[in-house]
Amino acid sequence: MAQAQVLSPDSWQYRALNAVNPGLSYLSDALIDLVKAGHPVVAGSADLQYSNGLNRFAQAYPDRYVQFGISEQNMVSAAAGLATTGMMPFVATFASFLGLLCCEQIRMDVAYTRLPVRLIGHHTGISLGFYGTSHHATEDISTMRALAGLTVVSPADGPQLASAIKASANWPEPIYFRIGRGRDPQVYADGAPFEFGRAIVHAEGSDLTLIACGITLHGALAAADALRAEGLSVGVIDMPTIKPLDRDAVLKAAGQSRLLMTVEEHNVLGGLGSAVAEVLADAGTGTRLRRHGIYDEYSLIAPPTTLYAHYKLDAAGIADVAREFIKH
Amino acid sequence: MRLGQDAPTSGEIAMLRDKARHIRLETIRLIEIAKVGHYSSVFSCAEIFAALYYDVMRLRRGEPHWPDRDRFLMGKGHAAVGLFPVLADLDFIGRDMLDGYTRLGSPLGDHPDMTKVPGVDFSSGSIGHALSNGVGMALGGRMSGRDFNVFVMLGDGEMQEGQVWEAALFAAHNRLSRLVAIVDRNGYQLDGKVDDVMGVESLPDKWRAFGWEVHEVDGHNLSALTALLRRLRADDARARPACVIARTIKGKGVSYMETEPGWHLGYLAPQDAQSAVDEILSREI
Repeated sequence: MAQAQVLSPDSWQYRALNAVNPGLSYLSDALIDLVKAGHPVVAGSADLQYSNGLNRFAQAYPDRYVQFGISEQNMVSAAAGLATTGMMPFVATFASFLGLLCCEQIRMDVAYTRLPVRLIGHHTGISLGFYGTSHHATEDISTMRALAGLTVVSPADGPQLASAIKASANWPEPIYFRIGRGRDPQVYADGAPFEFGRAIVHAEGSDLTLIACGITLHGALAAADALRAEGLSVGVIDMPTIKPLDRDAVLKAAGQSRLLMTVEEHNVLGGLGSAVAEVLADAGTGTRLRRHGIYDEYSLIAPPTTLYAHYKLDAAGIADVAREFIKH
Repeated sequence: MRLGQDAPTSGEIAMLRDKARHIRLETIRLIEIAKVGHYSSVFSCAEIFAALYYDVMRLRRGEPHWPDRDRFLMGKGHAAVGLFPVLADLDFIGRDMLDGYTRLGSPLGDHPDMTKVPGVDFSSGSIGHALSNGVGMALGGRMSGRDFNVFVMLGDGEMQEGQVWEAALFAAHNRLSRLVAIVDRNGYQLDGKVDDVMGVESLPDKWRAFGWEVHEVDGHNLSALTALLRRLRADDARARPACVIARTIKGKGVSYMETEPGWHLGYLAPQDAQSAVDEILSREI
């Protein structure tokens, strides 16, 4: 008979650690609230319920939770089938798998059919650190944004995700949510502002306006503080809906600021920066734009915080890039 | 199971034979409008369409969105030209819609689009998705307390798509007993014989190994096919999904198509279309 091994309190295992991670509670709690409000929510995940926190939902509503196993494409197509029967499916997996491996299933079965499926791509960008490029998602905004009929949302933190999930109950279109890993710095308190297609202006500025989405909003706000301390007038816009983009907010900022800079944990090709550039070009504004993010390369291996610093996506890095931009 | 009582009467067989003939004739008529189409892909499954839509499935004429209707999905979406005449016949779409098949702005193209065509239960065109879509529908039916059945017709070339087997695993694991997959085993795909392109046998063994109840049937024998599908539709005791391997002949009904797999996609000039029509009208399948 095996004896119970006594482990050091410094040892930990993944499932137990995540079970007490409050950052992972937002998704499940928001879905539980929707069920309580009478919405026919079904949540599903592909062998990652301890990564996205859906284990909490599964415990609360085992009859409304679907374990899909490591079959992401089946999960997406089945979610579309579920939606035809009046259910409201939310299916989640790593953003790298959802936005790329399942891109064609999303196109054909979700976007083309306009079924109200909610796709949750979590651990976006480089947040999976040394798990490496296979687990990094720096192209998913680009692929999802290219699909007609699909709404693309990148909440800044857990509270804003919760607000967006709540708002989604009355949004008729399919949605791709791009969310962090549940250990992201928090910007908002519970009841965070969110409205589909609406930017949130944190500050206006005449020298530079930072337009950020997702996890980079936190760094952008801190970078703006640092730049303001140096005498610059810096605005910050949170752009949680990447599609449909809040064009008015972009053009207003372009009218107020000498320079615009987008910040995203994504390839600078095809993401938030591209979406903003399209608005500026279409309107014929002369405002210069710096698209900051991952510069069309595959990200390196390192712990997440090291990677954010390396790619200048933390507060100090964003401020550096902004200073450089302002100078030239 | 009471096999005897499931067998259709001779009158029912005659009706279904007429419907299968109608499907083939309409396929030729519609492809004449488009000037290209999937004749032989429809001809292999005309009896399957007929048995399902005119006998086995629970449907209401003129009510394509009735929530309790049985669902039909096709992984081999390119056979849609054979389905559209059925949908018109059941008053799910207007007959005049058929006349504009593939013309600019028509809801009807080579592949079925659920957002445009009432009666199409799910869009298709990208091979390999349909069983997953059907799995979701069967699951949704169970969750919402409805007892409709979901029939998913798959091509045998489609068995080469990995996603099919993801869905097969899921359906068996979740005991989706109201799900029936029908494999139109006509033996051919675009590039040649399925067994030459990428062998898929033994299909019965594969589906059985994936946890499904498996049946094999002659897909043109309306009596056997209808009896089997009736039995599966009525079987409330089954605790797992069922797969029907329907042995069929690609191009069935037009002799030269039965021996020339190139007719997967093609066009018959009017005089040849007429001789095909003549054969379909004179031959009993």
